[in-house]
Amino acid sequence: MTPLLSVKDLHVGFGRDPKANEVVKGVSFDLAAGETLAIVGESGSGKSVTALSINRLVDFGGGRITGGRITLQRGDGSMLDVTKADESALVRVRGSDIGMIFQEPMTSLNPVHTVGAQIEEAFKLNRGLTGSAATRAAKEALERVRIPDSAQRLKYYPHQLSGGMRQRVMIAMVIASNPRLLIADEPTTALDVTVQAQIMALLAELRGELGMSMIFITHDIGLVAGIADQIMVMQNGVAVEQGALDAVLDNPQHDYTRHLLKAVPHFNGGRAVRSDGSRVAGAAPVVRVDNLVVRFPAAKGLFARAAGAVHAVDGVSFDLVPGETLAIVGESGSGKSTTARAILGLVGTTRGRIDRASGRSPRPVQMVFQDPFASLNPRLNVESLLAEPAIAAGQRRDAKLRERMAFLLARVGLPDDALTRFPHQFSGGQRQRLCIARALMLNPEVVVLDEAVSALDVSVQARVLDLLIDLQREFGLAYLFISHDMAVVERIAHRIAVMYAGQLVEIGTAASVLSDPQHSYTKRLIAAVPAIERRKQVFTVDATQVPSLVRPKGYEPQPSRWREAGPDHRVRLETV
Amino acid sequence: MGLLRAVLRHPSGRIGAAIILLFLVVAALGAIGLTPHDPLKQYVIDRLKPPSGTYWFGTDLLGRDTFSRLMLGIGESFLVAFASVAVAATAGTVIGLFAAWWGHLWDGILMRIMDVLLAFPAILLALLIVAIEGPGVATSITAIGIVYTPIFARVVRAPALALKGREFVEAARTFGSSQPYILSRHLLLNLVAPLTVQITLALAWALLTESGLSFLGLGTQPPAPSLGVMLAESKSMMTRAPWLMVFPGLTIMLAILGFNLFGDALRDILDPRTQERPA
Amino acid sequence: MNYLLQRLLTFPLVLLGVSLLVFFAIRLVPGDAIIAMLGTEAGLLTDAQRASLAAYFGLDQPVVVQYGRWLAGLFQGNLGISTTYGKPVLEVIIARFPLTIELALLSMVIALAVGVPAGVFAATRNNRPSDLVVRLFAMLGQSTPSFVFGLVLIYLLSVNFHVLPAMGSFTPLFVDPLGNLAQMILPSITLGFAFAAAVTRISRSAMLDVLSDDYVRTARSKGASQRDVVWKHALPNALIPVVTLSGVEFGYLLGGAVIVEQIYALPGLGRLTLDAISQRDYALVQGAVLFIAFNFLVVNLLVDLAYAALDPRIRLGGR
Repeated sequence: MTPLLSVKDLHVGFGRDPKANEVVKGVSFDLAAGETLAIVGESGSGKSVTALSINRLVDFGGGRITGGRITLQRGDGSMLDVTKADESALVRVRGSDIGMIFQEPMTSLNPVHTVGAQIEEAFKLNRGLTGSAATRAAKEALERVRIPDSAQRLKYYPHQLSGGMRQRVMIAMVIASNPRLLIADEPTTALDVTVQAQIMALLAELRGELGMSMIFITHDIGLVAGIADQIMVMQNGVAVEQGALDAVLDNPQHDYTRHLLKAVPHFNGGRAVRSDGSRVAGAAPVVRVDNLVVRFPAAKGLFARAAGAVHAVDGVSFDLVPGETLAIVGESGSGKSTTARAILGLVGTTRGRIDRASGRSPRPVQMVFQDPFASLNPRLNVESLLAEPAIAAGQRRDAKLRERMAFLLARVGLPDDALTRFPHQFSGGQRQRLCIARALMLNPEVVVLDEAVSALDVSVQARVLDLLIDLQREFGLAYLFISHDMAVVERIAHRIAVMYAGQLVEIGTAASVLSDPQHSYTKRLIAAVPAIERRKQVFTVDATQVPSLVRPKGYEPQPSRWREAGPDHRVRLETV
Repeated sequence: MGLLRAVLRHPSGRIGAAIILLFLVVAALGAIGLTPHDPLKQYVIDRLKPPSGTYWFGTDLLGRDTFSRLMLGIGESFLVAFASVAVAATAGTVIGLFAAWWGHLWDGILMRIMDVLLAFPAILLALLIVAIEGPGVATSITAIGIVYTPIFARVVRAPALALKGREFVEAARTFGSSQPYILSRHLLLNLVAPLTVQITLALAWALLTESGLSFLGLGTQPPAPSLGVMLAESKSMMTRAPWLMVFPGLTIMLAILGFNLFGDALRDILDPRTQERPA
Repeated sequence: MNYLLQRLLTFPLVLLGVSLLVFFAIRLVPGDAIIAMLGTEAGLLTDAQRASLAAYFGLDQPVVVQYGRWLAGLFQGNLGISTTYGKPVLEVIIARFPLTIELALLSMVIALAVGVPAGVFAATRNNRPSDLVVRLFAMLGQSTPSFVFGLVLIYLLSVNFHVLPAMGSFTPLFVDPLGNLAQMILPSITLGFAFAAAVTRISRSAMLDVLSDDYVRTARSKGASQRDVVWKHALPNALIPVVTLSGVEFGYLLGGAVIVEQIYALPGLGRLTLDAISQRDYALVQGAVLFIAFNFLVVNLLVDLAYAALDPRIRLGGR
């Protein structure tokens, strides 16, 4: 049987001289009708470029196919070499034969057209539907991707929908043209983990219904376990390993595949938690947060000023003792970052107490931010960057200070000639090491790590996590580790606090929270985390939405009641 | 200066830089009196002479040498342009920076004042100031300076506001860095790029406005030569002595073109999309 | 609606600021107001006459009271009496306004009709020869002062065709459409040239930005043709900077194009103001400047409304 898609020795380059700047260097694979191929790799591996070459969208990003063939079997049975096709033939292929969904649902929909108009356009282009027939079809498409009130939602603009909803709209747009092949380029990377699970479930279901083939591109090898038949691992523009899913996952041949499977954080359901540094009973906490409340006015126009408030953090209490890591996990809007920022004094607190130990450092709490590109001033060199906390604390830029800088640079694994260099001369991982060194300049007791490894490539993540653990032991640091990523949290946390809609719902030792979650939200969160063992898992589509955090003026939540679920494991009682 | 070198590598930047340099040299020569003829002297027998080996760009109705007058006129125009842009850039930067940093009420008050100034077309605001101060070079500088202050304030405020929310400024707050430190190191230093671009482009606009004011008789006062005045004088004689119009016209165009090309090249080079994250 | 509401609320504030600025700027003009009003004849006045005149015009009152009175007059459409024309200021201004509006509209039409297609075209041919040609013209347009371009046009016309554009008085459109057009076409082209250059540049760069946006890729991925991608998906998103620029330029043109009116001897608002200043007709200066600034602010408010029409994120609020 001829495959639906056959890629032979594909080369793709960029820039003025594409031959000299190849990003994809000879990739070959076949894809049979109805099959799903997962392409796994980190940034710069060429996985997205490979995908974009299949419908030649790569041309519009400055890329050129410099060699190889891409043979596509079209709907009418004819064969087309995509690399040689002209633009008018490609326009007919795009949409009707090959559909595509992208990583960023926030920016992938046109902001000035309603979602209805955008879905209708797909019907019009590929099925010739117009007028009320197209509207009806668009409504049905929205229903198929499980968007409630579809007739209403057709009139919405993209910015009125959440990220998960927008990705569903993208999927609706793709299925409008009933393509034989769907290319999904990191479709869930920008989404919360429970939303990711829903989108994955939807994709799996539609693939079955429509008999589509699928190419699924991701950096998360754990995610593909649930959906792929074939798997191809890419590194530096080359496919280093390809084969059937089980063969690759259970018996990897290439070092890089083994590295992705072993060294990279994967979720293990609480079996991979740290065993060192368990909490000493009665230790004096370095940070104690008591009933923290942070609210922002929900100003909807000048006259509606006092209408309500966003309850970003509502009654959160915990403490942190020296040498331990408390991870605060939750999805976007859960209030985890606001909690961190409140502890640093970056946002004002509405109520509650935050006690910080004042011991060895003038600034006992320091912070490392998510984006290492944004948290270093691009116009200052490393010496000025590292000196800043010391200068702010009234120290002088003398030999002693330089000595400390050199010591910390070496300690975080950067060369000492780094001092004269500027941030853009470092990679993302190196920059995050710089940020860590800067946070340690004043020898703090507590470091707040706000999604500190989330922006890094998976293999870099592992090394930065190891560094953090080493530094914690060496300097007796307490970490407040804010993250949405359960796999990362499992590696570094001693204790875990779960936040949902501004409130703490569960807190306890990492092992017990991850292996024996009690609160329904924690259960849902953990069930949604992809894992290598969960092969061909059927997710159920669950459309539970996070409740609105905007409350009317004067609203006070009910006092929380808790129960003990074990030694050092407390769960908030759910009101039904 | 890595930036200057980058501009010189840019094709239009190189042309712009060459034009600006040429004009600066010519203006400097004019300023120290190295002109082919006395720009103010009237060679009565040589009235309305077309361009020749003696009078390269011809002479005017009073028998004055166009080329020598142009040399002085360029200096005059550049002086007004540089001085007025210096005024506007300084005032605008301070206002825009503090509006962004203080925020809230101050932002509202300062930027509404800028809106008030922006509500007047540049020439009109200049006219009003001329009415108060009387025409002249100092008036042109004040007028153009005031006209461009709100533009600089806006150019500075928007990125300053963005920088204020950036994580490195938040990080600085967690260290307890002082306000002057944050404003100078984290904000101003990162505003150098947009400011440089805006200053170059504003120089082009200032030249345009200055020559316009002179053209209307409100800038540099005769007999002091100025590009605008020379063009205004040429109008009634354009069929008899087209060189009186052509050379000053080309000179103004070329000067403005030079700054526009240079500014465009700067903008290309400093574009955050090509600069921020090296691939 | 937050954004628009805010705009609407600040509008009167800025207007108040404008009136303050105009009023006090005129007070700053050196010399006595009565001398300014009567010119040299003021020298013939006795002290008593002078005092009674001052009382008549309210000049003996504190400045704040004078401002209050003037402001109250504004609300009744009373901008004072022009000393040069001996007529109410508003009447003098309104008589000049049709020409100014027509000139502004014509040059904006030229600018948009030429600039937007040229910019879009150049953006889709980024860095190819046709793009470079468009950019060269735009650069020249932006670097040519209107008086240079205008003089060159007149020169070419008079040398090659021995005709001069009609100058002096204004032929209204409804009286003699052809005569009007013959009179307005050169000034409109002169103004439109630089305006079109600016529109071209901003359309090009806005389109270049938008064409690399994710949703453009989405549109291509669903099989939209290049034409649909450019005109249906990209252009509506690129229009906001174009509208901003055109609005600001148009707003300023409504204040009269002083230089072009001067070159073509057109009796528009710009020359009215210029003449008023040289004739020290301060009531007229004050009134004209205020009128012009008011128009500019109104146009800007319309531009803000246009944003809301163009961008649902502004219209519907949120993010």
